[in-house]
Amino acid sequence: MSERVAVRKTYKLFIGGKFPRSESGRSYIVQDSNVALSSRKDARDAVVAARAAVKGWAGATAYNRGQILYRVAEMLEGRREQFVALGVPGDEVDAATDRWVWYAGWSDKLPQVYGGANPVAGPYFNLSAPEPTGVVAVVAPETPALLGLVSVIAPAIVTGNTVVVAASPAQPLAAVTLAEVLATSDLPGGVVNILTGRLSETVPTLASHMDVNAIDLTGVTDAELAADLEVKAAENLKRVLRPAPTDHDWSADPGITRMTSLLETKTVWHPKGV
Amino acid sequence: MFEYAPAPESRSVVDIKPSYGLFVNGEFVDPTDGGTFKSINPASEEVLAEVAEAGPQDVDRAVRAAREAYEKVWGPMPGRDRAKYLYRIARIIQERSRELAVLESLDNGKPIKESRDVDLPLVAAHFFYYAGWADKLPYAGFGPNPQPLGVAAQVIPWNFPLLMLAWKIAPALAAGNTVVLKPAETTPLTALVFAEICQQADLPAGVVNIVTGAGDTGRALVEHGGVDKVAFTGSTEVGRAIARAVAGTRKKLTLELGGKAANIVFDDAPIDQAVEGIVNGIFFNQGHVCCAGSRLLIQESVADRVLESLKRRMAQLRVGDPLDKNTDIGAINSAAQLERIRELSDAGSAEGAERWSPACELPERGFWFAPTIFTGVTQAHRIAREEIFGPVLSVLTFRTPAEAVEKANNTPYGLSAGIWTDKGSRILWMADRLRAGVVWANTFNKFDPTSPFGGYKESGYGREGGRHGLEGYLNV
Amino acid sequence: MTATATSARSELSELGRSETALRTFLHGLPGVDQVGAEQRAAQLGTRSIKTTAKAQAIDLAIRMVDLTTLEGADTPGKVRALAAKALRPDPADPSCPHVGAVCVYPAMVPYVAEVLRGSGVHLASVATAFPSGQAPLEIKLADVRAAVAAGADEIDMVINRGAFLAGRYKEVYDEIVATKSACGDAHLKVILETGELATYDNVRRASWLAMLAGGDFIKTSTGKVPVAATLPVTLVMLEAVRDFRAATGRQVGVKPAGGIKTTKDAIKYLVMVNETVGADWLDPDWFRFGASSLLNDLLMQRTKLTTGVYSGPDYFTLD
Repeated sequence: MSERVAVRKTYKLFIGGKFPRSESGRSYIVQDSNVALSSRKDARDAVVAARAAVKGWAGATAYNRGQILYRVAEMLEGRREQFVALGVPGDEVDAATDRWVWYAGWSDKLPQVYGGANPVAGPYFNLSAPEPTGVVAVVAPETPALLGLVSVIAPAIVTGNTVVVAASPAQPLAAVTLAEVLATSDLPGGVVNILTGRLSETVPTLASHMDVNAIDLTGVTDAELAADLEVKAAENLKRVLRPAPTDHDWSADPGITRMTSLLETKTVWHPKGV
Repeated sequence: MFEYAPAPESRSVVDIKPSYGLFVNGEFVDPTDGGTFKSINPASEEVLAEVAEAGPQDVDRAVRAAREAYEKVWGPMPGRDRAKYLYRIARIIQERSRELAVLESLDNGKPIKESRDVDLPLVAAHFFYYAGWADKLPYAGFGPNPQPLGVAAQVIPWNFPLLMLAWKIAPALAAGNTVVLKPAETTPLTALVFAEICQQADLPAGVVNIVTGAGDTGRALVEHGGVDKVAFTGSTEVGRAIARAVAGTRKKLTLELGGKAANIVFDDAPIDQAVEGIVNGIFFNQGHVCCAGSRLLIQESVADRVLESLKRRMAQLRVGDPLDKNTDIGAINSAAQLERIRELSDAGSAEGAERWSPACELPERGFWFAPTIFTGVTQAHRIAREEIFGPVLSVLTFRTPAEAVEKANNTPYGLSAGIWTDKGSRILWMADRLRAGVVWANTFNKFDPTSPFGGYKESGYGREGGRHGLEGYLNV
Repeated sequence: MTATATSARSELSELGRSETALRTFLHGLPGVDQVGAEQRAAQLGTRSIKTTAKAQAIDLAIRMVDLTTLEGADTPGKVRALAAKALRPDPADPSCPHVGAVCVYPAMVPYVAEVLRGSGVHLASVATAFPSGQAPLEIKLADVRAAVAAGADEIDMVINRGAFLAGRYKEVYDEIVATKSACGDAHLKVILETGELATYDNVRRASWLAMLAGGDFIKTSTGKVPVAATLPVTLVMLEAVRDFRAATGRQVGVKPAGGIKTTKDAIKYLVMVNETVGADWLDPDWFRFGASSLLNDLLMQRTKLTTGVYSGPDYFTLD
């Protein structure tokens, strides 16, 4: 009896909850697999999908967002071997799973920790609360392929932002596989969008896109490119997270800065009277 | 029938020197590679003083002084001692508040009742508030041991000269940074008196440096390689240029930029207070307010009634001598700003909006603009989209809460918004949906040092005031 | 009066026929935000009135004073002296105007009437079981008729606060209508007793109720409860008379009473009148101060302005 012929996976993009090919019809080879080579138009489509998802995701209850992020952890745990097969160390998958759990818990706590009542000198109720900034473009770090990726996506979305992620060109398989996890975790379509391919094609488009509210340059290693992207981002005054130092320890306690950098504080005043 | 006699505040409490140097390393010095410029009283066009214009070398000298003070004195100083210096400054400001208020009105053109009752009390309160943080930073929510950034370059606008200085300097110093601050070229004088106050408080040399000048001085400061932090309040256009200038550097940036706030009046609003809020929203400080309620959105069912009340109320506004205690609207800050207000107002008329101002006599000398409203404005008009930064209100109507939200958010800005309704649940529904950093419900243009202030979108990033205001000056 | 105002007025006059219509109307009035109203009042209080404007304001304020004594200990002698002072507040200065009115209890009216006859100073009497109003309607009306018969040309009535707070607006309305009718030609001032109404929303509703029922003046207080006239309460009432005239064409006067003791206070009120309802109300026919000690302070300040020297209480009569 002949050996069973394997069914190979096609690694496509993840936009608006669907897995389309690049509109350009191009692909490139990574670990013997064809991976979609995103174009500027794919980046644009991803932004449209991300924008469309903002209202529902930002408007969902914090409890609901927390439940969904926890569900992502459950799904990831179940697919551990799939990532190991791609070459992601088992420990890293576990750490990535735990990170989803950690961030899941933040959804309904961050507004309490980061907002609050302000004792103004007058007869006013005054409350500051954080809100998501909107659509965030994220350049994922190359390594660690999965933990790094999760560590930039989760803090952006837990508070209600939606993201367009430019996956590391060298490590796209973990990203597309994570998309499969997300697609089966009740995460609404468009909350996370993942582009594979060359950063030079997608990221400048995202950085200059006027309907993107923030850009996280964590995965940009070329200082000149980072500066150029920051200049582009200034056009509509995007919030910018500068590149992470190359020796960044992704296993350390992430703190809350990643979340707070992508938030807006809204302060509401109202008189107190009878 | 009941005419108020002139009630001018005395100028004699202020002793303006004929000329001022730069305040670098604790003393006033002449510029080395700069020049001088004149600061005038916009209500009379009289020259108030000649002021040094800092050149690049002067800026460099100031940044070096700040660096040295940071490394040797202010950085190592225990928080409790930094606090005491800030408390001292707050107290001296209170003691000298009348002098500062008069000087602010002379240099800026704002009515004395505003500089006296709004600006100065808030300036002192700001220093008091942040003084208390200086030795409590580990409790501010940014980790157990937050550290200052170093030298902060701060560039401030002319609309609230001393208040913006307080918003910048108080949190920076409380967090342990030293500063080089550039006041606006049309309103440098209160910052220079503040420099004297620093001397009076025996603040260590170099902790606060004031470099006066215009755009070039600001650029040299912001682009200086020795600064760790840039904080700017002003126009979105300049803010964008600064964001580009700091791209690729280590400099942390906060920006507080323009706005085009919607002030939304529902049919069940407390109408008389809403009218006060509309007036305060757009005519406070001659409309030179980034968070001014410059777009009035009235529910169509009460539009006529609200407009009638508004016009009646506007007819009571007293325009004129900023030093008269009964003046409600003072002088426009500069000829250039007056020109911009005129240009945009003319565009409003040209685009078909209906213009109305109460009868009011404007002084012959100085820069003046009568309080003005435009009705029949649509979202497409320039006066509904561009920041005028003057006493000019654009009036639009809406039918439903959803439409109000849509129109309010339909702008690249997102600094502030107002809601007027007696229905509590509607306020909260609206507040959730408005993309603005400050939402005033049944009130407008209220400020407090404990309350974070700052915008969404192209109105800038970072917050000033409150615990949040420390974040921009700490390594978090 | 315009045609619209006429029709609005006739529509509004229908309201008193039904409890439901009255309630619907009064609860449909725009709300008052307490903090905003108080801030506006405080803001107006910061106006700086100096020199000629101050002199003008002081004389106007004197002409607006309802010189009042409402004590159990009032006697014919006491009220006659008060009436004499009303006519010539500053005996040393004939250019000093007389006050607007003298305000006393009904039993004292005849003694005051003797002094004031033909002087142009009005004679106001509180009535309707002042200050509580807690008496049967017939007795309250008899109180009014007696005061008018004795020579009062202005009646200061109290509304039934109990009925108002219980939401029985028609009862309050009917009482005012009946009182107005008992007044005959005398002017009716309706005391809302705002200190007992608790909210500015209630003050606005009570103001409208009193105007709809035919009151010629609305007045803040009896002076017999802890909180009397305040600037913000008066502001809300001024807004009400302004809006009422806009709707009906009929002008109604306003009288803050109680707690206004200094010239500085009085001038704040005049500024508020000036900037809220305008010159039409800057007249003793349309604005009054219910006060007693205020007059002497006005006189002292008046003397200071004319002589340049601060005066003292010994130089002014105590009545």
